[in-house]
Amino acid sequence: MAGLTNSRRRGGGAGWLAAAPLLVVTLIAFGIPTVVLVVGAFSVKGGGFGFENLSATMREPYLGALWNSVTLSAVVAILGAVLGAFLAQAVLTSRSGLLREAVLTASGVLANFGGVPLAFIWIATLGNSGVVTAALGLGSGVLYNFWGLALVYLYFSVPLMVLVIAPALDGLKPQWREAALNNGASTWQFWRHVGIPVLGPALLGGAVLLFGGAFAAYATAAAMVGASVPLVTLQIADALTGNVLIGYENIALALSLDMIVIALLVMAVYLPLQKRSSRWLA
Amino acid sequence: MTVELRELRRSFGGTVALDGLSLTIEQGELIAFLGPSGCGKTTALRCVAGFERPDTGAVFIDGADVTRVPANRRDAGMVFQSYSLFPNLNVRDNVAFGLRVRRRSADERHSRAAELLELVGLGGFGERYPHQLSGGQQQRVALARALALQPKVLLLDEPLSALDAKVRVNLREEIRRLQLELGITTIFVTHDQEEALSVADRVAVLKSGRLEQVAPPAEVYDRPATPFVAEFVGTMNHLPGRVSGETVEVFGQTLPLDGTAPGAEVDVLVRPEAVRVTPSGDGRGFILASSFRGSIARLRVQLDGGGEVLADVPGHEAVRLAPGLKVDVTLVERPVLTAPRTAVAAPVEPVG
Ligand SMILES: Nc1ncnc2c1ncn2[C@@H]1O[C@H](COP(=O)(O)OP(=O)(O)O)[C@@H](O)[C@H]1O
Ligand SMILES: [Mg+2]
Repeated sequence: MAGLTNSRRRGGGAGWLAAAPLLVVTLIAFGIPTVVLVVGAFSVKGGGFGFENLSATMREPYLGALWNSVTLSAVVAILGAVLGAFLAQAVLTSRSGLLREAVLTASGVLANFGGVPLAFIWIATLGNSGVVTAALGLGSGVLYNFWGLALVYLYFSVPLMVLVIAPALDGLKPQWREAALNNGASTWQFWRHVGIPVLGPALLGGAVLLFGGAFAAYATAAAMVGASVPLVTLQIADALTGNVLIGYENIALALSLDMIVIALLVMAVYLPLQKRSSRWLA
Repeated sequence: MTVELRELRRSFGGTVALDGLSLTIEQGELIAFLGPSGCGKTTALRCVAGFERPDTGAVFIDGADVTRVPANRRDAGMVFQSYSLFPNLNVRDNVAFGLRVRRRSADERHSRAAELLELVGLGGFGERYPHQLSGGQQQRVALARALALQPKVLLLDEPLSALDAKVRVNLREEIRRLQLELGITTIFVTHDQEEALSVADRVAVLKSGRLEQVAPPAEVYDRPATPFVAEFVGTMNHLPGRVSGETVEVFGQTLPLDGTAPGAEVDVLVRPEAVRVTPSGDGRGFILASSFRGSIARLRVQLDGGGEVLADVPGHEAVRLAPGLKVDVTLVERPVLTAPRTAVAAPVEPVG
């Protein structure tokens, strides 16, 4: 609270002046590309502006790719958030400080895994001639589909969730659990009425982060599945590089605009909730 | 609704928290568990609440052995030291949490919560959230929540230690008033001797997981069972003395012994109010400092032979007995406790 009133009071001239360099950088780094993107998305062939590109992205093959990207990201976000939260809780409540340190450090490393190297470890493990595929006789095609991609994305998403949720779990005071038990609640009732509501924003925040990570990922998918699982990032790359046809750059920009809108919608759900309860865990 | 602790033992790794604690708390009684930090007060309380299971020994509530009964089936309401309110629930829902868990109707929950909030002086605060309350108000809500299910026993673990001095005194009086009104058997854990003496029917003094003494406040103060109790409760002077038979010689006076002495050369334990100070040109010391406390003044007397003595004199004498004055020190004639010889005359101030 103190910080809030403080920054409000300083909201006058001096505060803005101090923030000016940051604002300028932000404007250049985000503003210019956004303007270019929006202008491009609305520019139609033969000059002038219109909704042609955007309506094209609402038809096949682009609509399917958008839908794939959204469902894949949602699956990764939900599974990753649940698995990550359970893993973090298990590790934090275990008595071993060593285990805790080990898991948090490993999470820090794995959460930053991505790109082509990530694709390659999985191809070498579960690909058509991967080590595990061969050992278990799984045949081909285990990895190169929607769920294979989800599995690979979870590989960095679960550790990321562990990192995001661990401080929130630490903020749950043991007295709350004991007070609940003291009032006759079961452990489940504690989680239902207190634990999960208090953690809600952190869980949701983690899920939003995972959604974003999966939604924007490109290199791993490109190296792994290529065109067999159409994703919006792959479509954008194709359209931009003229892989399929030339003259589709503006479609790529329209698809990017679609992505921005989807990301904003997801954020719009999360922000008000986060605001309401950040003070609970103070 | 008596509570009996029978031979409770509990250790954590190498630390012994409870070392054979036995105690019976009577129906409707408020007992204070008093002792220095780490003496096992919280552990004992948690054994009654069911959050801790003793290694050996048993807890009986109303004659029934509850040692193996899980915490959420025990009939004991607990107030924690601080920050125990559910942050996502408003005051009313915090108080009615136990009723909600028991699937009582919203009407019943609301009316019971309102009644309890009235009882703790917070009528009209039902819609507030914990972060909108002061520390004292939060503890009142915690108290209301602990009483919501009409438990047989009320357990308070240093409920006031995070509060300001003034709020602390008010709230402890209110807790006592409520406890008497409801007639609920209560254990009040504290490390503050003044708090224990002022609210409790009986004070149980703990040391290293054992019971040192359990008695009404006046008895604990006037007739401490052990030197530890004598020093922990109230202020004590340590004066060098020499034992001979049933008496001890101290400051040229011969006083009767209370109990047995631990040797020939001992520390005689004397309360400041049992020390008399009289102005005297050829006295054995002089007044070093004086602190006025209203009805009394506490003098710090420097002895010629080295060492200091604390003495309480009536407040109106503070002017006459000013610092720098040569004085004589005599002790009130009554049986005195002794302890093994430590340093020369050094008063021991209470902890907390
Ligand atoms: N959960 C625990 N784990 C390890 N040691 C503990 C635990 N609870 C209490 N202890 C130890 O047991 C002793 C008694 O603790 P406690 O009952 O909390 O004392 P008090 O409440 O009188 O300050 C202390 O030495 C404390 O460090
Ligand atoms: Mg304690």
